Amino acid sequence: MRFSRCAGTSVRSNRCPAGAGCGSAPFRMSPFPVDFRASLGRGLALILSCGSRRRFIAKSLAANLGGQRVRSRCLCGAAAAAGASSSIRGPNHGQEGQCSGTGVAQYDVAVVGGGMVGMAFACSLASMPLTKNLNIAIIDSNPALVNGIRINKEDPPDPRVSTITPATISMFRDIGAWQYLQQYRHAYFDKMQVWDYTGLGYTRYHARDVDKDSLGCVVENKVLQSSLLLCIQNADIQKKIFPSRLVSMSLNPGLKSKRMDGISPEISRGDLTKLQLNDGTCLYAKLVVGADGSKSQVRELAGFKTTGWNYSQNAIICTVEHASENRCAWQRFLPAGPIALLPVGDNFSNIVWTMNPKEALDRKSMTEADFVKTVNHALDHGFGPHPTSSLLGNGNFFSWFRAGVVTSGDGGFEIPPKVLKLASERMVFPLSLRHANDYVSKHVALIGDAAHTVHPLAGQGVNLGFGDAFALSRVIGEAIAVGMDIGEVSLLKKYEAERKPANIAMMAILDGFQKAYSVDFGPLNILRAAGLHAANYISPLKRRIISYASGEQRLPLFS
Amino acid sequence: MASKLLTRVRTVPARLGYPRLLSPTLAAFAPSRLLSDAAAAAAGAGDSPPASASPAPRPSGSSGKLEHNAGSSSVHSSLKDPELAKFSAIADTWWDSEGPFKPLHRMNPTRLAFIRSTLCRHFGKDPSSARPFEGLKVVDVGCGGGILSEPLARMGASVTGVDAVDKNIKIARIHADLDPVTSTIEYCCTTAEKLVEEQRKFDAVISLEVIEHVADPAEFCKSLAALTIPEGAIVISTINRSMRAYATAIVAAEYLLRWLPKGTHQWSSFLTPEELALILQRSSISVKEMAGFVYNPLTGRWSLSDDVGVNFIAFGTKNSQ
Repeated sequence: MRFSRCAGTSVRSNRCPAGAGCGSAPFRMSPFPVDFRASLGRGLALILSCGSRRRFIAKSLAANLGGQRVRSRCLCGAAAAAGASSSIRGPNHGQEGQCSGTGVAQYDVAVVGGGMVGMAFACSLASMPLTKNLNIAIIDSNPALVNGIRINKEDPPDPRVSTITPATISMFRDIGAWQYLQQYRHAYFDKMQVWDYTGLGYTRYHARDVDKDSLGCVVENKVLQSSLLLCIQNADIQKKIFPSRLVSMSLNPGLKSKRMDGISPEISRGDLTKLQLNDGTCLYAKLVVGADGSKSQVRELAGFKTTGWNYSQNAIICTVEHASENRCAWQRFLPAGPIALLPVGDNFSNIVWTMNPKEALDRKSMTEADFVKTVNHALDHGFGPHPTSSLLGNGNFFSWFRAGVVTSGDGGFEIPPKVLKLASERMVFPLSLRHANDYVSKHVALIGDAAHTVHPLAGQGVNLGFGDAFALSRVIGEAIAVGMDIGEVSLLKKYEAERKPANIAMMAILDGFQKAYSVDFGPLNILRAAGLHAANYISPLKRRIISYASGEQRLPLFS
Repeated sequence: MASKLLTRVRTVPARLGYPRLLSPTLAAFAPSRLLSDAAAAAAGAGDSPPASASPAPRPSGSSGKLEHNAGSSSVHSSLKDPELAKFSAIADTWWDSEGPFKPLHRMNPTRLAFIRSTLCRHFGKDPSSARPFEGLKVVDVGCGGGILSEPLARMGASVTGVDAVDKNIKIARIHADLDPVTSTIEYCCTTAEKLVEEQRKFDAVISLEVIEHVADPAEFCKSLAALTIPEGAIVISTINRSMRAYATAIVAAEYLLRWLPKGTHQWSSFLTPEELALILQRSSISVKEMAGFVYNPLTGRWSLSDDVGVNFIAFGTKNSQ
C-alpha cells in the first residue's frame, strides 16, 4: 500500500525504505480541542493567568521566532533525527542545462506536490474569477493524479483519515470540491469526550454548545484527495499535471545572472524560476508553491531553514468495527500518550494511538484478537478508573465559576463503544514537529506540511494546510487585482504574515499539550484534571475552545 | 498628535518612492524619478520647473555619461550590450520590492486599487476580471522606471509610458521585457506636450506625482486633456498645499530628515484639491472622485481614505464636447 499521499508526497515516495514508517503526519486525526489541553497541561494557572501561558508559548517558540537558530532536540536517538532531516536529492540532480533549449513551457504557478493541500490550492485558484486564468503546473509523481483514484465504497475505510473542521468544510464548498466529497463516505460527529486515565477529570462537548450541527467531519485522505482531483479536473482552468519529481530549481535566473553578450532570447524569461524534473522535463514558473509535505524538496532547494524536533512517540493507526454506529469522537489520555476513537462512517471507527516506539512495535505485531482486547482495555478502565463527575468528592470545586452561567455539560461520563474487530492493517508512524522559519522568498511559497508539520494528534495539521492554501490563493487574487507580479516577495510576505502567527500558535499549543501529557506526576495530573473540569463547566471558555478547534478563530484563548 | 505627525512625516518619502536608507549609489538615482516627473511635466507645460534648476546628482562613472549619450527619441535602438548590463543592475535595484524603493512599491497597490475601481466603473468593465482594462489605451505620463505602467499592462491595458529622462525609459524597457505581458508596453522618452503635437489620443491619461513640479499646472492639465478622448478618463495624484503637507513634505523630508534634496518641492506650487478641480474644469475635465492616501506605520500599509490633507488622488472625465 502506498504510504501517505496526504500532503503532496512526490519527494517522499521513493525514499521510504521501511515502507510505512518514514513519513510524517500521514494522518490528521483526533479533532479534540487540544488548545485547552495545552493550557491544562501547564496547570490550572494557565486558565487563570494568560501571562504564564504567553510565556509558555514564547518559550516553545523561541527557536522559531529567533530566526536562524535551528534547535534540534531529539528525544529518540540520532537515527530518527537523521532520518527526519536527511537531505533529499534525486538521482538526476545536477543535469542542469540539459533542457535549456527553446520551447520550454512557461507557467504562472507551479505547484510542487499534488497532495491534499497542493490540490486544494490549485482548486482554490481555479474557483476565483481573478485567478482562474492562471496557467498552473502540478508536479507530483503519484500516478493517481493522472489515472484517477479508485474508491470502492464497499471497502472498509482506509486508516489514513483527516478530521476536517467546519472552516475547512466551508472552504471546500467555496472551491466546489464538497459536491464530490459528499458522494463518498464521510462522518460528521457532534459530540466529543476527553478524559484521562487518572480518573480525575473528563469533559464532554456538544455541537449545540456553539449552535452548530456538527463539530467536524472525519474523511479518509483518499476521499479528500479524490474529490479535489475531480474538482480540478472539471475546473475550467489551464493546468497540466507532470507525473514526475522535482530535482532542481534555479531561483531567480534574473538580470544579474544573465549573460550580457547580445540580447539573448533568454532575457525574456528573466524573472522566472526554472524547474527541472527527474524525467528530464523543464519548465519555468513565476511562482513555485511547495506543497510537497514535511520533507519538502522545494523547501530544501530554496534553502529555507526549519526548526523542530521529533517526539519519542509513534502512533498506531487502524480502522476498527463496532456493533453499531459511533457518532462521538473520543479521546483518552494514557500514561504513554492519548488514544483516540473517531467515527468514520457506518459501523467503523478510526484509532489513533500514541505510545512509545517499542510499545508500538509490540502492538503492531500482536495478534488481532489481542490488539482489539488491548484497545478496549485502553478505552475503558485500563490504566485507571473511570472519572467520577466530581473532582474533590463533590461537584462544588468550580461552582463559583458557574454563577450566572448556563452549564453546558452534556450529561455524565460515557464509556466508548466496544471494538469488535480490526478492519484494516495497523500502521505505525513517528511523530515530529517542524516549522519553516520562512514560508516565502522570491518566487517561492510553502504551504501545508512543507511549512509546518504539527503533532498529528491535533487533527489540525491538514486544516492548517488548507488554511494556507486558501490564504495564499486569496492573496494572489488580491495582487492580480492591482496588476502585481505574482512572484513578488512583498505580496508573498502578506501570505506569510497572515498564516505564520496562526500556525505557530497552534504548533505551540500542540507541542505543550504533548509534553504535558508525557509526564506522569501526581500533582500535575490533578491540575490537568482540574483543568478538564474547568473546561467542562465554564461555558464561555468551552465555547471558545470549540470555536478555535473548529478553525473559526485565528488566535487561541485570551487573545 | 505626535504620532499623527509622525505618520505624516513618513508618508512623504514613501509617497515619492525615496529610500529611507540611501546607499551612495541609490542616492544618486533616487532623485531621477522626481526629476523625470518634473522634466516630463515641464516639457509638457512648455516651461522650466523649479526642480530642474538644481540638477540631479549624477550617478558615478559611466552611468552618468549615458545620460549625455541619451537621445531624446525612442530608445529601442540604443540598447547596447554594455549599457544593457549596467541598466540591468540599476533596474534590479529600482524594482527590488524589499530594497530602497520599498515604500513606493508599498504604496503602488493602493494607487492601483483607486485606478482600478474608478476606471472599471467609468468604462463599464468587469471588476472581478483579471484583465479588466482589456481594450483600453492608457498613457502613464512621468512613468519613471515603469512601476505603475507594468501593473496597468497586467490588468490588460495597452500602455504607453512616457518620461523625459532617457535613463528611466531604458530601465523601464529592460524590466518590462522580462515578462511577455509587460513587454507590450510602449515606452518613449518624450513629453506630454510632444504627444499632443503627434495628436496621440488615449482612453485614460494617468499622471501621478507630477503636477506639483510643473511651473504652469493649468497648461499641463490642458496637455493631459488634449491627450484624452472625449468621455475619456484622467487620474492625477499630488500633494495638498496644507500646513500638514508643508511640515511633512518639506520641513521634515527635506530639511530635518534629508530624504530629499532641499528645494525638491516648492510648497507654493502645491495644489489644493479645490484648485486642482478648478484647473481641470477649465481644461474641460470634471473631477468625479477624489481620495486621500493614509499610511499606517504599524502595518506599513497604505490605504485610501477621505483625508485629502496631504496626499490625494483625483479621477475625472473629459467632457464630450
